[in-house]
Amino acid sequence: MSALGDAAIGLRRSPLLGTLAVAAIGFSLFIIGLFALTSYNIHMALTSAESRVEVVAYLDDDAGAERIQLARGEIGSFPEVDSVRFVSKTEALVNASNQLTEFSDVFSDLDINPLPASLEIRLLPGYRTPEHVTAVADRVALYPFVEDVRFGLDWVNRLHRLRRVAGGTAIVLGGAFALVAVLLIGTAVRMWVLARAREIDIMYTVGASEAYIRRPYLVEGLVTGLLGGVLALALTVGIYFLVNRVLFEIAWIPDLWVIAGLGAGGLIGCLAAARAIRRELRAIHAV
Amino acid sequence: MIQFRDVSKVYPQAGAALDNVSFHLRKGEFAFLTGASGAGKTTVLQLIHMQRRPTSGVVRVSRFSSDRIRRREIPQLRRRVGVVFQDFRLLERLTAAENIEFALKVTGTPRRKIAPRVQKLLGQVGLAARAGAKPTELSGGEQQRVAIARALATQPVVLLADEPTGNLDERAKNGVLDLFRAINAAGTAVLMATHDAELIRRHPEIRVLELERGALVYDSVVREGAA
Repeated sequence: MSALGDAAIGLRRSPLLGTLAVAAIGFSLFIIGLFALTSYNIHMALTSAESRVEVVAYLDDDAGAERIQLARGEIGSFPEVDSVRFVSKTEALVNASNQLTEFSDVFSDLDINPLPASLEIRLLPGYRTPEHVTAVADRVALYPFVEDVRFGLDWVNRLHRLRRVAGGTAIVLGGAFALVAVLLIGTAVRMWVLARAREIDIMYTVGASEAYIRRPYLVEGLVTGLLGGVLALALTVGIYFLVNRVLFEIAWIPDLWVIAGLGAGGLIGCLAAARAIRRELRAIHAV
Repeated sequence: MIQFRDVSKVYPQAGAALDNVSFHLRKGEFAFLTGASGAGKTTVLQLIHMQRRPTSGVVRVSRFSSDRIRRREIPQLRRRVGVVFQDFRLLERLTAAENIEFALKVTGTPRRKIAPRVQKLLGQVGLAARAGAKPTELSGGEQQRVAIARALATQPVVLLADEPTGNLDERAKNGVLDLFRAINAAGTAVLMATHDAELIRRHPEIRVLELERGALVYDSVVREGAA
């Protein structure tokens, strides 16, 4: 009979322990799944906020179109820079009166436009860190017709601190829960192997090979881990729909993460079973 | 076929279990291994089964030697050595036939050969009519017969029995011994550990190896040869 058939029989024979192991893996991976969902949504929110990080260079009124055009080209070729947009004095005034409607009368009565033209410089993802933003701002400030450079350093710094804290928390707590999952699975599989100690003992006695003895337990571990992964996925999907319906809109994690989660379930089940069966065989097979 | 040469076994916790034991069990031979509890009978059987290795000396079983056997060869050895225990060690969730089938399956017997072999073995131990009974539905004697059939499943050259009649009444005990004799008559060597002096006395034709505190103190074949 195939190892898969033996594994299926094994799971049917001890349904309680099998269910316990699936539940242990399922709930442990579910906790990790929740963290993945939370981390991913924090990551998405931060990425969205970060995409708005920009450096604004305010220009002298007598900068001259030719020099501005040349500077746009040069700044656009910086490795950190995604795009450079020129905002004319007129556009700045229109923007200001649109955004500050309560001062629209003031803006319309002006004889002279007091707002400077500017270059709005957006950075590429990965370069929106305080170090890169400062470096770009410093270089842009060297142009003689650049009057002032603003980039909201405090805001950039705060955003990055938040991201680091969120990332660190996810890694530490996710790792802790993963460890708990491994311990729970190890215990469940060990109980499950111990429940069949007599079977293993008889296999040894009659001359079954070690590979034959191990195989069905490894397959059972793999199947249990995968079932646990499916359970975790179902619970995580349930939470995702619940939050979307009752609280607020959140994004679903990438498919690759889902596949990795299911694979991790199978791998954890298989490795935990391998560890448990090795210890058990050593105990039975004392030489 | 089974040879003990100056074999000693010392357990780290319990101390010496065997002390310089030497004997030779030939192909197709029947012998009782006797001695009080703790004399070392079970250790002798475990050494033959290579469940344990001697601290010194060499145990040879067929072509396998304790000082040279590799771990992966041990299953091959065990298929040549059937073992029966006092507590039968049957799987209670399986029927008599399934217990025997289990041994055949886990040792890689082709599927088509399993059913006829199980029938043959059950017939050999006189339990053809009880194939579908679970161990809890069988008497002690019947359970031991199932265990013997399972031990014979791999067609071993020697059958080791560790106090196989210890849990049986007189009638079942005689039945099991008769079965061992029939198995032995068919060519399988039998080494039966027992401390039942009455049983040994009733069968003077069977060789006796007696252990006392780990030392072989009596071998009826040697004594007769020396006389």
